Amino acid sequence: MDLGLIVAAGLATGTVLLFAAIGEIFAERAGVLNLGVEGMMLMGAVAGFSVTGATGNPWIGVAAALLVGGLFGLLHGVVTIHLRADQVVSGLALTFLGTGLARVLGEGLTNTNVERLPALTIPLLSEIPILGPIVFRDQSVLVYLGFVLVPAAWFWIERTRPGLHLRAVGEAPAAADAQGIGVHRLRLAYVVFGGMLAGLAGATITLAVSPGWFGDQTVNGRGWIAIGLVIFARWNPIRAAFGAYLFAAISPFILGLQGVPTILGVQNPFLPGRSATFFLEMLPYLFVIAVVILGSRAAARRRIGAPAALGVPYVRGERGH
Amino acid sequence: MNVRLEPRTATPRWLSPAITFGAVVVALVISGAIIAIVGGDPIRSYLHILDASFGSVGVLSDTLVKATPLILTGLACALAFRMRLWNIGAEGQFLLGAWGASAVVLFPLVPAGLPGIVLIPLMMLAGMAAGGLWGLIPGVLRARLGVNEIIATLMLNYIALFWIQFWVFGPWSQGGFQQTKPFPEAAWLPRLTDLADVVPAFGGLTVHLGLLFGLVAAGLLWLFLERSRFGYEIRLIGDSPRAARYAGIDIGRRLVVVFAISGALAGLAGMSEVNGTVHRLQDHISPGYGFTAVIVAYLAKFRPGRVIVAAILFGALILAGREIQPSGVPSMIQGIILFTLIVGDVLVRYRVRIDRGGGAPVAPSAAATPTPEAG
Amino acid sequence: MTDSLDAPPPEWAPSSDDAAATGGVAPPLAVEARGIVKRFPGVLANDLVDFDLRRGEVHALLGENGAGKSTLMNILAGLYRPDAGEIRVDGMAVAFGSPRDAIAAGLGMVHQHFTLVPSQTVTENILLGLDRPRFLLRERRSEAEVADLAERFGMRIDPRARIWQLSVGEQQRVEILKMLYRGARILIMDEPTAVLAPQEADDLFATLRTMTAEGRSVVFISHKLGEVLAIADRVTVMRRGKVTAAGLPTAGATKADLARLMVGRSVLESLDRSDVELGPVVLDVQGVSASNDRELPALRSVSLQVRAGEIVGIAAVDGNGQGELDEFITGLRPCTGEILVAGEPVANRSAATVLRQGVAHVPEDRTSVGSAPNLSLTDNLIMKRYREAPVARGWLVDDASARTLADGLRETYRIAAPTVDTEVRLLSGGNLQRAILAREIETRPGLLVAVQPTRGLDVGAIESVHRLLLEMRSTGAAILLISEELDEILALADRVDVMYEGRIVGSMPVAEAEIGRIGLLMTGGDEEAA
Repeated sequence: MDLGLIVAAGLATGTVLLFAAIGEIFAERAGVLNLGVEGMMLMGAVAGFSVTGATGNPWIGVAAALLVGGLFGLLHGVVTIHLRADQVVSGLALTFLGTGLARVLGEGLTNTNVERLPALTIPLLSEIPILGPIVFRDQSVLVYLGFVLVPAAWFWIERTRPGLHLRAVGEAPAAADAQGIGVHRLRLAYVVFGGMLAGLAGATITLAVSPGWFGDQTVNGRGWIAIGLVIFARWNPIRAAFGAYLFAAISPFILGLQGVPTILGVQNPFLPGRSATFFLEMLPYLFVIAVVILGSRAAARRRIGAPAALGVPYVRGERGH
Repeated sequence: MNVRLEPRTATPRWLSPAITFGAVVVALVISGAIIAIVGGDPIRSYLHILDASFGSVGVLSDTLVKATPLILTGLACALAFRMRLWNIGAEGQFLLGAWGASAVVLFPLVPAGLPGIVLIPLMMLAGMAAGGLWGLIPGVLRARLGVNEIIATLMLNYIALFWIQFWVFGPWSQGGFQQTKPFPEAAWLPRLTDLADVVPAFGGLTVHLGLLFGLVAAGLLWLFLERSRFGYEIRLIGDSPRAARYAGIDIGRRLVVVFAISGALAGLAGMSEVNGTVHRLQDHISPGYGFTAVIVAYLAKFRPGRVIVAAILFGALILAGREIQPSGVPSMIQGIILFTLIVGDVLVRYRVRIDRGGGAPVAPSAAATPTPEAG
Repeated sequence: MTDSLDAPPPEWAPSSDDAAATGGVAPPLAVEARGIVKRFPGVLANDLVDFDLRRGEVHALLGENGAGKSTLMNILAGLYRPDAGEIRVDGMAVAFGSPRDAIAAGLGMVHQHFTLVPSQTVTENILLGLDRPRFLLRERRSEAEVADLAERFGMRIDPRARIWQLSVGEQQRVEILKMLYRGARILIMDEPTAVLAPQEADDLFATLRTMTAEGRSVVFISHKLGEVLAIADRVTVMRRGKVTAAGLPTAGATKADLARLMVGRSVLESLDRSDVELGPVVLDVQGVSASNDRELPALRSVSLQVRAGEIVGIAAVDGNGQGELDEFITGLRPCTGEILVAGEPVANRSAATVLRQGVAHVPEDRTSVGSAPNLSLTDNLIMKRYREAPVARGWLVDDASARTLADGLRETYRIAAPTVDTEVRLLSGGNLQRAILAREIETRPGLLVAVQPTRGLDVGAIESVHRLLLEMRSTGAAILLISEELDEILALADRVDVMYEGRIVGSMPVAEAEIGRIGLLMTGGDEEAA
């Protein structure tokens, strides 16, 4: 196994989780839980893929994915923020709707091919010994976008005035409202933005990482994994990036075990064809549970955790929860 | 213009069912529009669904067969949701229930040749135990470690799927196919058609004993939720956990019990499905019963009696939807129905006021009780 | 949400010389409100109210709960819009669409319930909602500005501390700084001393004087006569939405005058405080220590006793451990030490066990702890009794007897609810509290622990709650009353225990209690005496 290749591939698949997780971080930091990530990703995936197929231009496909993800975010935002519907149920509805609608729209797209997003090699950085060729050679442009997004998201949240307002709206909406910050407007904006990033995550799959449309298998639970990562990351974009890349790097490594005849001299029980490979396939999902347990415990121990107003609709004049 | 929501102080009795009905109609109209946009014929599709699910006694019976697992998984979700416990894991618990029941005859755990009257209850117990244990995992994780149950149950769904695949591809595979050998006939749940000798009209009707499981479970759950002390506690916890703690209720323990019962109900659904229809364990035994259950429970407003009605409607959708193109339509309709239902809920709880012009008071009219001077 | 502004805020002329220069007339009033009317459903909160505020004065607005003081000030602060009337700031007509407009015109209000973000720092809270800095937060620079401002007005505060780490008094300083940082020249303070110890209140008064010396004005909302006379230059008194005295100079006014203007009747509640013979010790707390949510010591070896037929009041400034005391006694939080109820140990037992020992509890948070808002009145009234007959019938709940019970309580305790099926979130504060008290009293407890039982209630409701507590006492129940209203404790209790930093620092019969001494104890000024 070429470790470099695995890491390089991990960065690409990690980018999918990264976009979705950071989008969810923005929505949740603003106080809105959006469990519709899976649905939004599927919609972004199908929109990006089919629009690229229709126009021949993957950038228009990306734009379509952003638009569709944003529209789904808007739907969730209006229903939960303005109509005060339960955020959990609305998020689930979004996933059902996205899954179904993506399959309807994706009818006939299986086994088709479309233009991919370009891959780039960064001139100087790719010359760095060892790391350079792995990280900066022949990666999709979206992978580099991910590299930029992580520090930018952190900086936005922690070091800017709009970030201050974002945090206030998620932690103490009444206090923010009293200072003239439009709580509903701001929450809606971040939910829409989160939706756009989820849409982008979907398009990253179909236009860059594993091009093609495979029905709802295209996303295959990665939306939920992204939500798990947010808990693990304790709502911090940098920790989320760490989790996303780590997760993506470990998964192919585990699946790679299937190809090895012996492990430390013992015959490999996971050779292809052996039904035991199904246990290997469980590992990523077990990993998410483990990671969420760790995240929950750390949050409980250090008394830092979810934004205080997460999941609570804000109504002016109603105090507390 | 300014849209405001004012809490209703009195809700007419007819409002909630009327809005639920309206929500379903609106959802069908929206779905129809989408079907039309992607080039389908919504009216023909709907007529087809109606005809292929309720058009004759035969298809009605098939609809009820599809509704059977939905009743049981719907009850599983309704119970958990009452406590605001988001068990999205009915799918995995269903699968484990099917596996547990299968284990009784495939390992086998019991000597061959047992009569149905013994074998079927044993398989029910095994299915409920396996589903219940699978439900216990997220329950304990939530109660002990504060782990979000939505993530846990969803991940356990995937794990359950691979678990089933392992057994049907591996140890229990019949000749390398993705299925096990059939169960002994004693394990098959009796069907109406089995009575065709006595009542000829029952010939060909596939409705099986599992439907009775569902109906009995609904009755028991109603008694449990609406009339028992435990049911009262669940209501209290669901509305205000802090008030429940104050009333001396051990929330963690209730949570684990509710998750276990919920899992057992979904597990029973799995047992009923393998014993009543396919008579063996195989890959793809569920077209997403555990997920549709979420919507069934929601449409039923978490009430056991209404779960039966909602399950039959969605059973029809699943049955007839198989032949509808594009294939995602049933799932899409489910999503849209769930959305219109939650928006409808808002209309039940609040009165929508629209003010035009700038005369709107700055004061929060939406506040529950405007006490001009609080303290 | 509208952000529109009917009239632009006037530019502030920073020096009062300007006014003199414009023609030698008297300087315009800082605020002038004429004929303000504000209606809420079922209430005429402000009925043609006039109010004026001079530059450089502390103007007290006095009135009982529900008199309309806060409504009037919320109108001035841009939170409500008046239904009629005119407001002038520095002589120019204004119509505020939001608190932001009011602040732009120089009017800032510090509410009784602070609007701070607990997880953010002092400086971040002060910057919140401002247009500057435009994008980047330059924290060092802003922190220095905040520190300077605090020093100028004699307020001790660490600009980098997070709000949740601060005491209530410090949080109030942050709120004041927030307004000053925004250039407020008129500060409205809504019952600022309610959460302060006497010494902290003195610090606040000093700060307010520094402000008025600079030409700023302060409106001081209160219902405490003593402090109004101590701090205010003039006082406006309101009663039932109307002004009963406008701009009365405090020099020469007496408490008795103000009291009559405020209530229009005798100030003293005529409470039936008959003598009750004390019975055996019901609640015996022995050396209890515990930590709070932040894992800081909340209680340090607290011992106290309450006997049958006795009301013991716990007097303390917010955040000195009394807020959690009830939860240790009722089994909602773990602690070390021994708590006996009628001789039986209850410390660290489950809440259900404590309940069975005959302990009733009126919690501080009546809307989400004391009641389940979306459940019916019946469901709420059986909360403590669904385990026993007749409401319980085996493992079932007997619907008919639950309703009978609820109907009876609704009748006896005059709970104004259309039916027993009404969801309790629709009840008013007073009715909800009566429902909670009805439920707790009817469990016939040996001990009642009541926390802030009258907070936020109107005068009538307060009286009825006080009556219910005294009636319980006369039937021989032991009552532990935890209240931030010292007046309430002095009116109801037989004994008062003073808490400071998690310790009982003084205990005395109310008959011998002296406010000055209690105040000293509450602030740790007399610890050796304990």
